[in-house]
Amino acid sequence: MKEPDFRTPRLGTESPELRERLHHIWETEPGLKGVFGTTDHKTIGIRYIVTAFIFLVLGGLEALAIRLQLAGPNLSLMTPEQYDQFFSTHGMTMIFLYALPILSGFSNYLWPLLLGGRDMAFPRLNAFSYWIYLAAGIFMYAGFVLGNGPNDGWFNYVPYAERNYNPGFNQDFYSLGMVLLGISTTVGAANFIVTAMRTRAPGMSINRLPIMIWGTLTANAANLLVVPAVSLAFFLLWMDRQFGTHFYDPVGGGQPLLWQHLFWIFGHPWVYAVVLPAMGMVSTGLPVFCRRPIVGYSVVILATIATMVLGFGVWVHHMFATGLPGLSLSFFSGASLVITVPSAVAVFAWLATITLGRPVVTTAFLYFSSMILLFVIGGVSGFMTASVPVDWQLTDTYFVVAHLHYVLIGINVFPVLGACYYWFPKMTGRLLDERLGRWNFWITFIGFNLAFLPMHLTGLFGMPRRVYTYPDGMGWNSLNMITTIGSFVLAVGLLLFFVNVARSLKSGAIAGPNPWDAPTLEWSVPSPPPPYNFAVLPTVASANPLWEERLGEQRTRSSIDRGMLLDVGKESIATTAMDGVPDMILEMPEDSVAPAVTALGITVAFVGMLLKSVWLPAWGVVWGGSLLTLIGLLMWLWPRRDLREREPAERGPADRRRLSGEAVA
Amino acid sequence: MTSTPLGYLTADGARAAHIVPLTWYMLIVSILVCVVIGVMLWHGVRRARANGGDAETRAMPVARGSKGSHWISIGVLVSMVPLLIALVWTMVTLAAVAGPPSHPDLVLDVTAHQWWWEVKYNTDDPSQSFTTANEIHIPVGAPVLVRLHGGDVIHSFWVPKLAGKTDAIPGQINLSWIQASHTGRYRGQCQEFCGYQHAFMAFEVVAETKEDFEAWRAAQLRPAPDPITPAQTRGQAIVEYRCGLCHQVRGTHAAAVAAPDLTHLMTRRTIASGRLVNNPRNLIGWIQDPQGLKPGCLMPNQYLSAQQLADVQAYLVLLR
Repeated sequence: MKEPDFRTPRLGTESPELRERLHHIWETEPGLKGVFGTTDHKTIGIRYIVTAFIFLVLGGLEALAIRLQLAGPNLSLMTPEQYDQFFSTHGMTMIFLYALPILSGFSNYLWPLLLGGRDMAFPRLNAFSYWIYLAAGIFMYAGFVLGNGPNDGWFNYVPYAERNYNPGFNQDFYSLGMVLLGISTTVGAANFIVTAMRTRAPGMSINRLPIMIWGTLTANAANLLVVPAVSLAFFLLWMDRQFGTHFYDPVGGGQPLLWQHLFWIFGHPWVYAVVLPAMGMVSTGLPVFCRRPIVGYSVVILATIATMVLGFGVWVHHMFATGLPGLSLSFFSGASLVITVPSAVAVFAWLATITLGRPVVTTAFLYFSSMILLFVIGGVSGFMTASVPVDWQLTDTYFVVAHLHYVLIGINVFPVLGACYYWFPKMTGRLLDERLGRWNFWITFIGFNLAFLPMHLTGLFGMPRRVYTYPDGMGWNSLNMITTIGSFVLAVGLLLFFVNVARSLKSGAIAGPNPWDAPTLEWSVPSPPPPYNFAVLPTVASANPLWEERLGEQRTRSSIDRGMLLDVGKESIATTAMDGVPDMILEMPEDSVAPAVTALGITVAFVGMLLKSVWLPAWGVVWGGSLLTLIGLLMWLWPRRDLREREPAERGPADRRRLSGEAVA
Repeated sequence: MTSTPLGYLTADGARAAHIVPLTWYMLIVSILVCVVIGVMLWHGVRRARANGGDAETRAMPVARGSKGSHWISIGVLVSMVPLLIALVWTMVTLAAVAGPPSHPDLVLDVTAHQWWWEVKYNTDDPSQSFTTANEIHIPVGAPVLVRLHGGDVIHSFWVPKLAGKTDAIPGQINLSWIQASHTGRYRGQCQEFCGYQHAFMAFEVVAETKEDFEAWRAAQLRPAPDPITPAQTRGQAIVEYRCGLCHQVRGTHAAAVAAPDLTHLMTRRTIASGRLVNNPRNLIGWIQDPQGLKPGCLMPNQYLSAQQLADVQAYLVLLR
């Protein structure tokens, strides 16, 4: 029989004693155990961000080597084999190891702060997700360093990726690495969704969520659905290569197009998954510098969701030339054109926010606002490729390369750099230097456009993508030279960003809790935030809790200084998915090395699977890794009485009211 | 735009010509959209009341401001107009260019290999059928159906002045069609990444008058001419026992089909899939060092002696 186990959280205001008590409960142990055991979302978030930036630098260096090779016709800096590995690794790095992880990093760091909670819903899963990401990144780069990097482009078409055309280890590293990375993305996505649905501050009903949350939430809902497709695709490829199955082999009745469908069913929603959270960053940061709430809050959110839903129905636009029937081509062509509508909503909302606001030009503002233009350029070139007959000419030329760089750099890197300028003070307590920031922005902006705007023309003049060199006399020489120069200018711009970070970490101006006078909850706590984030859990009455007084939008006010204390253990509050009514005290797990051990076990098993094709005893490594995984899981899941979730007791309406926002205010 | 052989903003064939106006429409709309948004953005940012950092930001008071949702509704409504035009135009163009002609004047079977193009002129009469490589001759003005076969990995058949891309995928036969409006040579190129020599997997389409085409076809149907001089005879022997492992020279013992057919090699303008102009000097340079010219290609270096090379050259230049 279930015993009723219901405790009403104490309400109160903050005090030094309370902070000390919470600090003691929440802080990560120093030393190795803390390094491998921490579940603090802020530490994990910063690890994600730093790791992703390291991969950005690696991918950028590869890009510079590629651009040197293409600076003029018939150059031979690299052999075709080296070139193939460089461009494939560049794509893999930027798309899989930088673009999503950097956003996961920001979301990891910011979500509980934006939501008014003390950690993510599943802190250990969060740590696990990071360790797997790191392991997958190292795993795939190990191949590249050993001369066995991916060599068939990031989308890796079969049959070229099959063993008879690609006998080396290249594709084994890539396919196993991608399956491994898929684990990280999937558990991360589940964690984000539950966090957004269940761990918001009391009173933060679904219509009061910061837009940043919507972008990442939508993206992760999509990831949860589509990552299995790509994991399956790579797993089947590995089976084809290692066990002679025939999933993609036409001679054995397989279908090369199966790969393309599985890959793009994942690949296109993924493109939105790496831009929607970044668009969320812009929608959250830009209004702060326009000194007003965003125009069309609800419409922008609906547009975000609409983009994602439509994003599931456009994958075939990567396959217009594969000989599919005209009827299906028209459907996907139509869907790909229509998807520009929700994007237009976001663009006009941002433009209206700037025009109807009182803009203050800061480096973050420059990044956010210039992103609008880059977004439009990347969007209209996408609009051109959406038209089937036009795409038959455009596809696989440099026009597409220009398009995807406007999308990925314009809509991911630019907002991310803006977000760095915006949130760096929160993360470190120090502001990034604005003067150096201006140099950083303008050189990056000019370099980027110099490199990629002329590239549209290179594409219209017919230069195929993925060529290690090109003949003279095709009209591409000077355009390629301009792009190479631009790419180096862009690199200098990005270098200035890292210089700025390094300098400001030591000597930046002290930020204070809310340097930008911004409206969301993360700015109500000290910079950097303490391990427990909020001393008292805030109660929220609007989408802009720190601006309520000045906006005067409704009678009720958010309560920042007074709220639930939850200071008797490592606890946070769970609220209902729609209305944000508190309904459960969350017992948060202690730090643990179990996630790191589990991740290590899985990685060892994958290394064994990689080696088994040349060294049969490697099966033993697979078993060893599996055993380690099992030990890690047992450590992780061993039942403990203090972690049990309390069953909510039967409560009357009076209880509900008492716990909801209005009673506190 | 003669300086851009692969450019597709101009066209020389019916199928590509249909697409050009739509491409220009979308390009101009796109540029206009960028300019309009850019001007609006510039206008908005120019109104900025302060320029600085955190202090300037905090100093600027926060206000609710006007609602502004009409920006979104008007903006979206205006954008819908060119969008709907593009949608309808796309469907109309697609209908015009997608279908292969029901009564083509000529049917070709093109097989894409790493890294060359095999072209078969098949007819019901085997004595009227022949195979060539990397150079496709078609009569001007005639619709030509191209059946695309994948020889190994996926490639893509593209002659931008005549038609957009169609992939050649192993295990299925894709259809494309081309029609040239003028006589001339049009460059084609593999457009799907297919390995080391993807960059140099080119070919040419030669559109010629009906008479020229028939003359060319008749010449292609003939077997290779016999050697005359002793050097040519020695050269033929070398070609048969070395080149013949992969190549075919019809009428000799060289009868393999793993590489381009050499029966009328010297009628082609280029060798090595468009990498080199076909002349006797380039030819022996290519035979001796294919791995230097196209690293990773499937033709091995030959290491022939000077005498052997001279003999091979003497024989090959005969193959007209």
